[in-house]
Amino acid sequence: MRLPTFNKGVHPNDFKHFTCSLPVKSLPMPDHVLIPLQQHIGAPCTVNVEKGQEVKTGQVVGAGEAYVSSPVHSSVTGVVKDVGTFRHPLGSKVQMVYIQRKSEEDEWELMEPITDWQAAKVEDLNTRIKAAGIVGLGGAAFPTHVKLAPPKEKPIDAFILNGCECEPYLTADHRAMVEQADRILEGMAIIMKILGVTDGYIGIENNKPDAIQVMHEAVSRGGYDFKVVSLQVKYPQGAEKMLIQSVLNRQVPTGGLPMDVGVVVNNIGTAMAVTDAVKEGKPLVERIVTVTGDGVKEPQNVLARIGTPFIDIINLCGGLTDEAAQVFMGGPMMGMSQLDMKVPVIKATSGIVCTSDKGEAAEDAMPCIRCGTCVSACPMFLLPTRIARLSEVGQTEAADELGIMNCIECGSCAFVCPSRIPLVQWIRLGKLRVGEMKRKAAQDAA
Amino acid sequence: MDEEKKLPEQPEQPEKPAAEAAPAPKPKPKKKKPKKDPRAKLYKPDHLLIMSSSPHLSTVDSVSRIMWTVVIAMLPALLMGVYYFGWAAIKMAVTCILAAVITEAAINRLKGERFTIKDGSAVITGLLLAMTLPPSFELSGAVIGSVFAIAVGKHIFGGLGYNIFNPALLGRAFLQASFPVAITTWTNPRTVDAVSTATPLGAFKFEQIGTALTDLLYGNTGGCLGETSAIVILAGGLFLIIKKYADWRIPVSYLGTVFVFGGITWLIDPVAYPTPMFHLFSGGLMLGAFFMATDMVTSPITSKGSWIFGIGAGILLVIIRLWGGLPEGVMYSILLMNAVTPLINRYTRPKYFGEPRA
Ligand code: SF4
Ligand code: SF4
Repeated sequence: MRLPTFNKGVHPNDFKHFTCSLPVKSLPMPDHVLIPLQQHIGAPCTVNVEKGQEVKTGQVVGAGEAYVSSPVHSSVTGVVKDVGTFRHPLGSKVQMVYIQRKSEEDEWELMEPITDWQAAKVEDLNTRIKAAGIVGLGGAAFPTHVKLAPPKEKPIDAFILNGCECEPYLTADHRAMVEQADRILEGMAIIMKILGVTDGYIGIENNKPDAIQVMHEAVSRGGYDFKVVSLQVKYPQGAEKMLIQSVLNRQVPTGGLPMDVGVVVNNIGTAMAVTDAVKEGKPLVERIVTVTGDGVKEPQNVLARIGTPFIDIINLCGGLTDEAAQVFMGGPMMGMSQLDMKVPVIKATSGIVCTSDKGEAAEDAMPCIRCGTCVSACPMFLLPTRIARLSEVGQTEAADELGIMNCIECGSCAFVCPSRIPLVQWIRLGKLRVGEMKRKAAQDAA
Repeated sequence: MDEEKKLPEQPEQPEKPAAEAAPAPKPKPKKKKPKKDPRAKLYKPDHLLIMSSSPHLSTVDSVSRIMWTVVIAMLPALLMGVYYFGWAAIKMAVTCILAAVITEAAINRLKGERFTIKDGSAVITGLLLAMTLPPSFELSGAVIGSVFAIAVGKHIFGGLGYNIFNPALLGRAFLQASFPVAITTWTNPRTVDAVSTATPLGAFKFEQIGTALTDLLYGNTGGCLGETSAIVILAGGLFLIIKKYADWRIPVSYLGTVFVFGGITWLIDPVAYPTPMFHLFSGGLMLGAFFMATDMVTSPITSKGSWIFGIGAGILLVIIRLWGGLPEGVMYSILLMNAVTPLINRYTRPKYFGEPRA
C-alpha cells in the first residue's frame, strides 16, 4: 500500500544519521542566559524585572499581556545583570533580559500543578498554557493558547500531532517520541480536551520506524484511541497544510488557516511542554535541540535551557570543526544562517546545524532555463520561477496576481533549481513588497 | 546581480565591537582587557562563517550536468549515424559542434560576459543540428547553420534561457530556406558514394513507395544523420526521462497524437495515407520528440502545458506531412509550438493549493 502524502514536494537527503540514535542529553547549567522578550508571533513582552534583581528558574521576566503574546521566564536561578538589546537568532536585535547564574542551586518557581486535569475547566487549562509561555515549538512559535481557542464559527473536529520532522538533520522530535512517548500523548490528550475533539491523529514520516512503533505501543498502553499515521517521506510533509492533506485529505483553502477545515495541528515538543505545564506547573524554560552536521565535532541531541548562547552549546558538543562554514538555526531548508555565535537558544530553536558546506555564491546563479522543475516541486502549486522573476524586476502587482502570498517559503523550489537561482530570497522580497503595497492601499482607502 | 545586496538577509559585517547603544555586558570583552573573560576567545569562531538565505541545501542537478547528460544520451544515435554513413557522419558532427562552440565563445567575448561553453548547451545545439542534416551536406553550409543557430537562435534573444525557439531547429530552418535542394539530397546508408536516394517519407509522399518497418526501426533507410534509427533514439530518450531531464509528457503526447491522428487518416483511406506505425518511425520524429520538443528552454514549464505542447505539435506534424508541400514536418511543428509556448505557460497556471476548483 502506498503511504499517504501530499502532492509535489521534494526529496532532500535527510542527514539524520548524525543524531537519530543518540539519546537526549541534559546539558550542564549555562553560566548566563539571554532571554529575548520576543520569541513568538505577536506582541512583545514587557519586562517586569529590574537590573540587580534575583530571579528563580521559571519566574516570569517578561509578561505577555496582549492576547496574542506569550510570557517569557527565567531559565536559570540568578541575578538580572542587564536588560538591553542583543542580537536575536532571527536576525534583528531585540530586547533581552541578561541573567547571570548565581549558584549551583536550581531553584524553581512553579505554578500550582493541575494533577487531575480531566476534571479541570477548559479555560483554566488554556490559561495555564498561556502562563507557561507555550508556543509552537516546531519553529513557527505561534502562541499555543490562541491556536487552542478558535473562534466559535470555526468548529474543530480533528487534531493532528505533527511528528513529521521533515527538515533534514533534525532529530529532536524523533528522539522525544522514542524517549517520552507517554508525556507526549498526555499532552495531546490535554490539548484535545481543550479543543473538545475526539479525533486525534499522530502523523509520523516513515523514516522513523522506531518512533512509529513506540508511539503505537504507548497509545495502546495508555488506552487512547489516537491513530498513528505513518506518512511517505517527503519534504515539506511537516508543513501544516501539507500534513492536513496527507492525514485527512482536506485542503486548507488558499489564504486560509487549518481551522477553516476544522483542524488544529501541534508539534511534538509543544505537546510535551503542555504536559509539564499542566501536571507539574512547569513553565517552558528548556527544550530539545539537535546540534548536528559535519561542522560540529560531537553531534548530539541536547536538552538546553532557553537563553543559552549557541556557542556554549556548540562547545559542549566538542566545538566547531575547522571546516565548519555555516551555522543555521533550524533545519537547512528553512533555517536562518547565523554569524554571531552568542545568540541565545529561543523557544523555536529546533536545531543548531553546523555544516562544512560553503553553499553557492550568488554569482554562480545561471539564467532560468525554464526547466519547470521548480513548478513540479512547489507544494503550494505556484510558479516559483515566474513569481521570483516578477519580484526581481519589481512587478509587485503581477507577482501578487500569481499568488506570491501563498508561498510558505519551504524552499523546495530553490532546492531543485539547476540554475541555483535564489528563488526564495526573491519571493520573500516580493512578499514584503506586496505586504507594503496592501498596507498602503488600505491606508489610502481609509 | 547588484540588486542582491539589498536583500534583507545578505551577510553583514561580522563581529562589530560593541558600538551599539545598548550596554552589552558579558559576551563582548572590553577592548583593553580582552583576557578578562576566560571564555572570550570561545565566542569568536576562529574563522568566518558564511551567511546565506534558506534553503541551504540544493540538489546535485545543475544546468551543465543536465546538458552533458543530454549529450551523452544522444551519443548512441550519433554512433548509429557513424555506422551507417561512416566518416561523413563524424565530419558533420565535429564541424557543427566546433562551429557552435566557437560562435558561442566569440559572442561571450563580444558581450563581455563569462564563457558559457562549459554549460554544454552550445555542444547540444551543434550536435542536434548535425543530426538533422543529410550526411552529404556541404560542411560549409553546416558551419553557416551552426553560426546562425547560436548567434540568432540563442544570443539575439539574450542567451541561454531566453530564446524562444530551439536554436538547432532554427539553424536547420535557415538552411532549409537557403539550400532547399542540398538539404533534401539523401545518401543511401552503407554506401560510399553520394547517390541520391529518397527518404522513406519522400518515397511515400511523392512516389507512393512504402518502406519496411524493420528497416525504419534499425535505421537502414536514407535520411539525416540522426533521424534514421528509431530504436537507439528511443533508448537515449528513455534514459533522459528516467533521469527526469526530459518531461515524459511531451514525447508521449506528441507521439501519441501522431499515432492517433495518423491512424484515423489511414483508416479513412489506407491507400493514400501511410500507416500510423510508418508515421511514428519515419523521419526525424523520434529525434524531434525526445531531443528537440523536450528542450527545457523552449517547452512549457507546467505539466498541463506540456500536454498541450505535445498534442499541438502532433496535429501540426500530421497536417504538414499529409497535406503540406513538404515530406517532413517535425521541424516546423516544433518551431510553431515553440512560438506559442509563452502563451501556453500563461494559460496553464496550476490551481493553487486550496484554490476552489471552478
Ligand atoms: S514558491 Fe514558496 S511554497 Fe513554492 S516551493 Fe518555493 S518556497 Fe515553497
Ligand atoms: S527550477 Fe530554476 S531553472 Fe528551472 S524553471 Fe525553475 S527557476 Fe528556472
